[in-house]
Amino acid sequence: MSDRRNLLDLEGWSAADITAMLDLAVHLREQHQTNGKLDLLHGQSVITLFYENSTRTRVSFELAAKALGADVANMTATGSSVEKGESLLDTIKTLDAMGPSVIVMRHHASGAAETAAGWCRAAMVNAGDGWHAHPTQALLDALTLREQWGDFAGKRIVIVGDIQHSRVARSNCWSLTALGAEVILCGPPTLLPATFAAAYPDRAVSVEYDLSHALERANAVMVLRLQKERMDGGFLPSLREYRRDYGLTPERLAPYPDLPVLHPGPMNEGIEIDPAIAHGATSRIERQVANGVAVRMAVLAWAAGAVDLPQGQEVTYGKK
Amino acid sequence: MPGEMTQPLWLRGGRLVDPANEIDLPGDLLLVDGEIRAAGKPGEVAAHARALEESGRVARAIDLPEDHIIAPGFVDLHAHLREPGLELRETVMSGARAAARGGFTTICCMPNTQPVIDDRGVLEWVKALAQSAPVRVLPIAAITRGQEGAALTEMHELAESGAVAFSDDGKPVRNGGIMRLALTYALTTGRPVINHCEDPDLVGKGVMHGGPIATRLGLRGWPAAGETVMLARDLELARQTGGRYHAAHLSVAGSVELVRRAKEQGVRVTAEVTPHHLLLTHAWVAAEREGMLGVSAQPGGVSVPSRGVQPSAGSPSRYRYNTAAKVNPPLRTLADTEALIGGLLDGTIDCIATDHAPHSAVEKECCFDEAAFGISGLETALGALMTLVHEYRLPLKRLIHALTVAPARAFGIDAGTLGEGQRADVVVIDPHARWTVDPSQFASQGRNTPLAGIELRGQVKLTICNGQIVFEQERRKTRHEGREG
Repeated sequence: MSDRRNLLDLEGWSAADITAMLDLAVHLREQHQTNGKLDLLHGQSVITLFYENSTRTRVSFELAAKALGADVANMTATGSSVEKGESLLDTIKTLDAMGPSVIVMRHHASGAAETAAGWCRAAMVNAGDGWHAHPTQALLDALTLREQWGDFAGKRIVIVGDIQHSRVARSNCWSLTALGAEVILCGPPTLLPATFAAAYPDRAVSVEYDLSHALERANAVMVLRLQKERMDGGFLPSLREYRRDYGLTPERLAPYPDLPVLHPGPMNEGIEIDPAIAHGATSRIERQVANGVAVRMAVLAWAAGAVDLPQGQEVTYGKK
Repeated sequence: MPGEMTQPLWLRGGRLVDPANEIDLPGDLLLVDGEIRAAGKPGEVAAHARALEESGRVARAIDLPEDHIIAPGFVDLHAHLREPGLELRETVMSGARAAARGGFTTICCMPNTQPVIDDRGVLEWVKALAQSAPVRVLPIAAITRGQEGAALTEMHELAESGAVAFSDDGKPVRNGGIMRLALTYALTTGRPVINHCEDPDLVGKGVMHGGPIATRLGLRGWPAAGETVMLARDLELARQTGGRYHAAHLSVAGSVELVRRAKEQGVRVTAEVTPHHLLLTHAWVAAEREGMLGVSAQPGGVSVPSRGVQPSAGSPSRYRYNTAAKVNPPLRTLADTEALIGGLLDGTIDCIATDHAPHSAVEKECCFDEAAFGISGLETALGALMTLVHEYRLPLKRLIHALTVAPARAFGIDAGTLGEGQRADVVVIDPHARWTVDPSQFASQGRNTPLAGIELRGQVKLTICNGQIVFEQERRKTRHEGREG
């Protein structure tokens, strides 16, 4: 399959590429809402391979694939030969031998999708690899922000939380800056090392340790999940102090009553985000989830080769 | 001795480089009965050859092009031969063959085998395995039993049985108290204590250099301080005990500075650096060939497009998360390579050691996090290092020095010179031969090298150990070669 298309990360994706993918997502959602199940991927199969737990990502990939007419097989590491010690290489080759058009993979190791892409003929779609990338999450974040803002130029988004261990933050650094927005990373220094300032050369990514200062400049805020195991690593003295310094509370957001709030989920309500914010009027969290299905339809249709994304042009696609 | 059985060898016409004796001239070499009979100007050596002939023995003459370098066989203070116990990766025999191909005639093997070389029994086992090897293999014994960092090994008996040094390599000696005791106890053996400097609390599960590339790739960083903190401790302990300390595979600029200062103050320390830490950087993990070995090969590096057609599975090096570039300590920054070259130039770093660390394919064909650390380095060392000479970064003489007499002196090994009466360990190098690294042609079972597919300039043509030819590069038809005399 020489025309294989992988979605490993959004590094290297231009504004035109991303815009075309978002346009496709919107269009496919309309088609699906109007016509029901589509047949773009009729006769093709998609395998989801999850080495980590997931609710929204795995289910939305499955719904997206089914909405396009594909046959879907879901596999998780637990209950499979992975538990017998089968290597990633052998697992990928085994699944690939069954002839899927696309393998959607989530893995706990950074780079796993890129490494696995070298071993298979199927298109590889990264559903999250370690701390490295979560490109479909970044695409659905971009779609959600586009609905909010219309245009990315001159807009600033604060991403607050455990940046160091966040694949969501890393992918958003590529996509949002490609679209023209500015990303302000915010979090305690132990979870936001200074190397981030140099990690994205030529991109509008900056580091700010004071959340109040960051919010003063923000047009949106994205809150990341604080994994409680970070406490064991000694990254933080206490969850209490984390909430005090970086929690999104009604008090902290009071000066910015219209500021849109995003969260990739799952949330620790009462730690990184207060329930009143998570379920309040400015929350876009459920919209993110809804957009996840649309974006994954677009990604799967593109990766399987059913649709092209001509750069800088209106999206053209058709039924095969 | 096998050397006594063989026909004498007479190397003629090359450039004789013997840094130990300050020799660099067009010269010949005569090897008889495993010893160097004569080394020097062609006329003088010819006189020895004639005298030999009069006694009834005819030397086999090997005529060399005048640009070929005749040097002492290389000495590697740091090789992992994996046997006993890890024969899937390497055996003493396959590792020794790789050494011969790389121009090494003496290699010191690390004790992190299964079982660990921590008592005389295992040491004798390894020595027995090495008996039939094409090059000399000198075992290094563990500092602590089982390399567990708690109880010292029987260093006196081990040294008397042939342990050339002590190291828990693969693991650091974490406990400063144990390191102090080891340096003190080893004093009576006359053998150095080696540490692999890696503070486990600072390094944690780091898999590559802690810097912007690790951040971008989402990989755990292995910070420079993980090395310098432990090295600073060890240098202070060496100062206080008067012990003989050898620092393995320095990788960061700060370490060079620490060793430089310690040497100025009279601490008994020697240090080594690997070819890969001199020549490669952390960018190689991201498939960007930064540094001297990449500039001509791939301008601007190879960045992988995340979108569109991907390269075929046949060219995995174009993918990032290149496990072939995963090594411990990790590849560092360009500034670190500069500092290491500077340290080699001014003698702060005594010698070059390969840290040859062969692994089986399955240990590298996996996620970066899970991949084994290590580079199979014996067969590419010379070719890679000659880049430093061709780029005018290091004089040839210093390079040969750092591969021969300097490591020999660091461990007190009788090797590394072409003086008369010395062991007939010799390497012949074509400094300009271009060749492309093809791991499938390695003698080593470890094909794990980030240099696969890279063109190098400078090649080992002939390796002689104890008077016997143990490796000979296939001759090209076009080159004029001498006949047997």
